[in-house]
Amino acid sequence: MVVDWFPLWLSLKVAFIATALSLVIGLWLAYLLAHRRFRGMEVLDAAVALPLVLPPTVLGYYLLVLLGRGTALGRLYEWLTGSPLVFTWQAAVVAAMFHAVPLLVIFARAAFESVDRSYERAARNLGASDWRVFWKVTLPLARRSILAAAVLAFARSLGDFGITIMIAGNIPGRTQTMAVAIYDAVESGNGALARTLVVIVSVLAVAILSLANRLVSRQAQ
Amino acid sequence: MVELRVRHRFPARPDSAAFALEIEFRAGSGVTVLFGPSGAGKTLTLDCIAGFTAPEEGRILLDDEILFDAGSGVNLPPRARHCGYVFQNYALFPHMTLRQNLAFAAERRPRLERHRKVNEMLERFHLADAAGRRPHELSGGEKQRCSIARALIGSPRLLLLDEPARGLDAPLRTEFYALLRQVRAEFQLPTVLVTHDLEECFELGDEMLILREGRLVQSGPPRAIAERPANVEVARLLGIFNLLPAEVLELNPQRNLSRLRVGDFELAGPYFPGRFRGDRVWLCVRPDQLSATAREGTPGANQVPAQLMRAVELPQSARLEFAGGINVELARAEYERQKSNREWQVGFPQHALRVL
Repeated sequence: MVVDWFPLWLSLKVAFIATALSLVIGLWLAYLLAHRRFRGMEVLDAAVALPLVLPPTVLGYYLLVLLGRGTALGRLYEWLTGSPLVFTWQAAVVAAMFHAVPLLVIFARAAFESVDRSYERAARNLGASDWRVFWKVTLPLARRSILAAAVLAFARSLGDFGITIMIAGNIPGRTQTMAVAIYDAVESGNGALARTLVVIVSVLAVAILSLANRLVSRQAQ
Repeated sequence: MVELRVRHRFPARPDSAAFALEIEFRAGSGVTVLFGPSGAGKTLTLDCIAGFTAPEEGRILLDDEILFDAGSGVNLPPRARHCGYVFQNYALFPHMTLRQNLAFAAERRPRLERHRKVNEMLERFHLADAAGRRPHELSGGEKQRCSIARALIGSPRLLLLDEPARGLDAPLRTEFYALLRQVRAEFQLPTVLVTHDLEECFELGDEMLILREGRLVQSGPPRAIAERPANVEVARLLGIFNLLPAEVLELNPQRNLSRLRVGDFELAGPYFPGRFRGDRVWLCVRPDQLSATAREGTPGANQVPAQLMRAVELPQSARLEFAGGINVELARAEYERQKSNREWQVGFPQHALRVL
């Protein structure tokens, strides 16, 4: 049996990029929710968690409607990068982010809120700007929980299926990620390939989860 | 000098009653103590000065600078207020060494000067040996010194301390008082200190402001307040007085005399201006102003027979607790002479008596 490794590499690439982008967006949203009081906060709070409860196909459908080649956002992306977004591997990144960002926001927000407020107050009192307080005090004190959250987000990105197949499709050698490849293998009756891929994904998931647990428990000490 | 007039209300919540802070004072050079029970609004007042809480109304001035003014919408951020703040738990950054904690606070100084200033502070507060350690590896005294050094390194114009000696054991407390006196002498900074410890007010305070339920109830030098609490509320808060319900029976301004009924007894006191015959008042007298002696025959003038409930031997004195809520504090030697008494009487010196 010849195993095509492309889906594994693609999944890893997609997960890495999705996690990195999600960290930027997720930490910003988490900090906003943890530290600021503003109008529309409840709405944002609910909206952030929405992707976790909506069926992936529903999300995928929304994204197709929003990002398709005929839409404003789709055209903007095409104008900026020179290629359409949907049914490319970049669309798989967007798909993965829809679960990675909510996870990050939820965990990072809890991490930010668990930082004793008096440290941040002390920093502001000592002349630090909000930006400096965040980089030098809040983030370092919350770093382990956030790292653990990033690891979980990575794991989640690695395994996205529903949204990915809706907006990135199943193009072997171009947009076929692990999860999609497994589905494809089962559909086409290639049981041996499906089993191999399933084992690989499972081992990866266990390894990642134990890493996340190690990070969290070391912080607790 | 800091000058403050603020009003801030908190609506009632499921977990807390409504609270309103309404306070006005100025604190000049020396140490001004905000004293009061928990929930009086002491820390909130400090937070308003430091800029962590914006009051609804009012104005806060530091020297000639407006830190906050609700009317014109001025609200300087904490970093622009130049107030050193020593937090209750010190709030030393746990992920930084002591030196990094100080360097963080000196960031606004020019680079070369920053390094020099950090070293200077480490020397001055005897922290040079501990400079490389993290807060959890420091002793209580080192943490204390570091938090004060950190608050001072940016050359603040005002020092704010939020119950800095809370939860310290006796030796550390003494060390801390000495440290603050040193800071006071060397830096000459106006200082506002929050505490609910009366001893601290006397140890450190030049001026004392008594807060209760968000309001200022009395201010003045600690000694003067202890001599003359403005009302029974203040006397209760200070917690050092005998407070006995009494009735004014007679007032004689010519002879500077009065007669009071306290329980079943009559006592002679000085004339009380502004009181009338028949007024119900509180007799207020410190335990150390009373005497306690053996009862022999009929009690003399201003001597009241009393039943001893309990005697508490303190390190330097003894507190005798009599029925009816009368406490008498005797010096050690006097207590040794009196302690075998079986029947007691308490003497109320006529001119020590005050009514509230």
